[in-house]
Amino acid sequence: MGLKDFIDKFKGRKKLKIEEGSWIKCEKCKSLLFIDDLLKNLKICPHCGYTFRMSAKERVDSLLDTVYNYDLFSKIKPVDIIGFKDTKRYKDRLKEAQEKTGLNDAIIVAHGKMFDKEVVIASMDFNFMGGSMGSVVGAKFVRGAEFAIEKRIPFISVAASGGARMQESIISLMQMAKTSIAVDRMNKAGILYISVLTDPTMGGVSASFAFLGDIIIAEPESLIGFAGPRVIEQTIRQQLPEGFQRSEFLLEKGQIDMVVDRKNLKKTIYTLIKHTHG
Amino acid sequence: MDLDKEIQALNDQIAILRERVKKGEHQLINEVVKLRKRFKKLAKEKMESLSAWDRVQLARHPKRPHTIDYINNLFTDFIELHGDRRFADDKAIIAGFANFEGKPVCIIGHEKGRDTKEKIERNFGMPHPEGYRKAIRVMKLAEKFKRPVITFIDTPGAYPGIGAEERGQSQAIAESIMTMGSLRTPIVATVIGEGGSGGALALGVADRILMLENAIYSVISPEGCAAILFKSAESAPQAAENLKITAKNLFELGIIDYIVKEPLGGAHLQPEKMYRILRRALRDNLKLTENKNLDKLVEDRHRKFYSMGRFIEK
Ligand SMILES: [Zn+2]
Repeated sequence: MGLKDFIDKFKGRKKLKIEEGSWIKCEKCKSLLFIDDLLKNLKICPHCGYTFRMSAKERVDSLLDTVYNYDLFSKIKPVDIIGFKDTKRYKDRLKEAQEKTGLNDAIIVAHGKMFDKEVVIASMDFNFMGGSMGSVVGAKFVRGAEFAIEKRIPFISVAASGGARMQESIISLMQMAKTSIAVDRMNKAGILYISVLTDPTMGGVSASFAFLGDIIIAEPESLIGFAGPRVIEQTIRQQLPEGFQRSEFLLEKGQIDMVVDRKNLKKTIYTLIKHTHG
Repeated sequence: MDLDKEIQALNDQIAILRERVKKGEHQLINEVVKLRKRFKKLAKEKMESLSAWDRVQLARHPKRPHTIDYINNLFTDFIELHGDRRFADDKAIIAGFANFEGKPVCIIGHEKGRDTKEKIERNFGMPHPEGYRKAIRVMKLAEKFKRPVITFIDTPGAYPGIGAEERGQSQAIAESIMTMGSLRTPIVATVIGEGGSGGALALGVADRILMLENAIYSVISPEGCAAILFKSAESAPQAAENLKITAKNLFELGIIDYIVKEPLGGAHLQPEKMYRILRRALRDNLKLTENKNLDKLVEDRHRKFYSMGRFIEK
């Protein structure tokens, strides 16, 4: 994709702290960055290395050289199953999120080529209701996995999620079972499944497909865990150690295979595919 | 909950009078019958008008039968198995072999503990990764020896702690879910009290999912939901209502297969009766999973969970 398209798409998105104009302030080092530079650099701050969150589509663009289809199952859309309401109606939250992101729900399942290798990528979008997993995320993940099995090509998921979507109540919990079963069906079919964890990967997503990859890769400094740090602090009544639940911490504890930065992610995945499906 | 107090008082009074009748004071029989009638009327009235929040209280009632009670009263020759062979024995999950109505089975269940000391030992039924890894180990034994797995779900959730995260709480839960999903032996799960989120589902991927009438099963506790979505702890009763967490709700949503009736007023009032009812329910539901070709059993289980979820497609 050309840089101009990339920028157009970027500007079209309403959130992500992009102020009017073409400058953005780095969250970490506070330097002012020219958006063009940021985009050329895979949304990594050229001064301090801070990684800005990527949208589901930007992620696909960063990993695929040829995109056959950005969203194989784009017809699948969410519904308010139980008429859920908290301070807002779920229906309204969905509409807002759809307008904000231009997506139907928090995941797209893309099909394309990484260099010469055909793959499926299930890419989550944190901007859509915190990347929460409800029926649509579950259904599209499963269809993507079955598509990979049918085509006998590797399956990659890129998680970015606060966990299960509470607004779908028990049905969102069951998506953990549904997606985990899909992973097992790939296991039995001999399909490579690489799980990429990005900031954040928590709760019901972490405790289902995200931690079931044949290979688990995390982006640097991402928050990854089952329980949220605040819940843990409240439970144990003590402060959490520095770096707790971050990618580097998980690597040290033996919970993931590697921490790979954005610039090396595609090459790493491609090499793994060659090693396993070569 | 004044009604609750009156029901409890009546229940206690009836028990005392019954004892006296047994010891020879036969003139009290009429009194017992009268009280019993009143008890039934009140209890029924109460059960019909229970809010979701009331059921949360019943599900967490301190006298409600736990996994251990069901093991002791429904099974024989229970042999408990300990440890995950990697780190520790997590007492928040009990697992082992036993006989159910003369047939060998494997049992896995959360146990909250009864008195303070035991509650602490069992971490209030909140497992660490070791608990789930022990469960997985026993599931595989069940598969190896072709024994059905019977699980009992009763947990506020998996434990949120430093050690739990360090040792892979997410991975342990995910693996337990995945293992159950394709286990080549029948699985019957029963939510007996609190079905708290992923920590509950880790024992809940079954061919038949039963739920006691006053049990709850939810993606998040009403308190947690209130704090996050309603931004106020006082909204927990409202959150409980909106989340649709009762057995009736879950049956209507097609998530559970069978509601196990409880004695009037709740399982804790007449545990003996509860054991009889659950025994029958387990027997009937186990029967439905028996003598199936194992490929078909697993395929049906996959299909069952694949069908969970609602969306539009156009
Ligand atoms: Zn910076």
